[in-house]
Amino acid sequence: VTRWVVTVDKNTCIGSAVCVGTAPGRFELDDRQRSGPVTAEIDPDEAVRDAAASCPMEAISLVDAGTGEPVDLD
Amino acid sequence: MTVDERPIRYPSAADPWPDFRALLRSKPVVRAEMPDGSIGWLVSGYNEVRQVLVDPRFSRARAVAPGRALQGTEVFAAGSINGLDPPEHTRIRRLVASAFTARRVEAMRPRVASVVDELIDGLLDQPQPADLVAGFALPLPVQVICEMLGIPAGDMEQFHAWSDTIIGDWQQDSDAIMTALAGLYGYFGRLIEVKRARPADDLMTALISARDQTDRLSEEELTILGCTLLIGGHETTANQIGLSLLLLLDHPAELDKLRADPGLTPAAVEELLRYVRLGGGLPPARMTTEEVVLGGVTIPAGEVVLPLFGTANRDPSVFSDPDRFDVSRVPASHLTFGAGVHHCLGAQLARLELQEAFRGLLGRVPGIRLAVPAAELQFKPGMALYSLRELPIRWGEP
Repeated sequence: VTRWVVTVDKNTCIGSAVCVGTAPGRFELDDRQRSGPVTAEIDPDEAVRDAAASCPMEAISLVDAGTGEPVDLD
Repeated sequence: MTVDERPIRYPSAADPWPDFRALLRSKPVVRAEMPDGSIGWLVSGYNEVRQVLVDPRFSRARAVAPGRALQGTEVFAAGSINGLDPPEHTRIRRLVASAFTARRVEAMRPRVASVVDELIDGLLDQPQPADLVAGFALPLPVQVICEMLGIPAGDMEQFHAWSDTIIGDWQQDSDAIMTALAGLYGYFGRLIEVKRARPADDLMTALISARDQTDRLSEEELTILGCTLLIGGHETTANQIGLSLLLLLDHPAELDKLRADPGLTPAAVEELLRYVRLGGGLPPARMTTEEVVLGGVTIPAGEVVLPLFGTANRDPSVFSDPDRFDVSRVPASHLTFGAGVHHCLGAQLARLELQEAFRGLLGRVPGIRLAVPAAELQFKPGMALYSLRELPIRWGEP
């Protein structure tokens, strides 16, 4: 069964919180208003894929935990 | 529920664009009576505004549902990405999100810089005084968004007049808004047919293909999305350029600092975005889907909530000495572009255009100054944005 590893580059993140609204419960902002995943490794979730594809900074990466390959965002 | 002795009136004809900085300190979440007599909630604290924008219990779609006419623009927002909630919002926004990422926008910088240069060449060829709105602030974002969409910038006079009406505030005549919307949708429908017949390497062609080949949006959604990108892509930036120049001219020490060090431009643009009051009386409303506790105040389900972005940008708990305009301020996250799913799609493009605009204006128009006293400048009535009719300027030796 495929699992996804979710990471957010905090240096690139601008705190737009598009991900927090797009995938509720999957991302949270820290006290500097930078996003990070609530849980780093998850079951595949279309809302998380939407969040990664909608990030204005392309700061979210989704990787297949088994293969280490990037998850297709389309 | 907190019951205030009497809700404050907001806004009113006597004070259409009130200053809420005092409210920020005393009551960051407070009940208010809207122009139509209904009761809503004003939210002015930074953290509270952020929560309204990010928390899905504050629905944008419910606030713009038919039958409500709190603010003129609801009729345009309903059905557009401005007025949808996830998951419908996500489906439409995903179609355009990749075109507006920081990386894609940065690749447009050389073209934006050359549009700035061409417009400044044209401005400097004109007799003084010249109108900065017609000669620069408006055509810059219009040219850029039209090239991006692949539509003729030469149609600007036509679509900009509709756009000004559609961006109406609560005082704007709703029949006029409907007429302008019908005009704009008709115009865009014809553009889409032209594009279908002659596809090109542009965003409208990509969206038409998402419609025709993969059925990812309806014909109506395609038309509304195109109109939203066109209006959103030029109205805000055009007005922000004029208001930003006014603010800089009113703070000559800051203007000199920026002119002496163009490396400050990105930080200065963030400060201009934070400080300039672009939005008018009623910000984009939300409606609670259930009872929510916000800033210690209980808001019942089904109530209108207004996030006051501009006031939140002056919250002293986030911005030190918030009423001081300082182009070298270390940027904090202002809320001018909003947050959450409706975070401005064009935020990166707006930043780029503003940066290039001020590099051009301060670098190539020496001695730029107002040609009339600031008190004589006129704003267009009935708009949800502060929109200058004209901004007459002079330059060179006084």
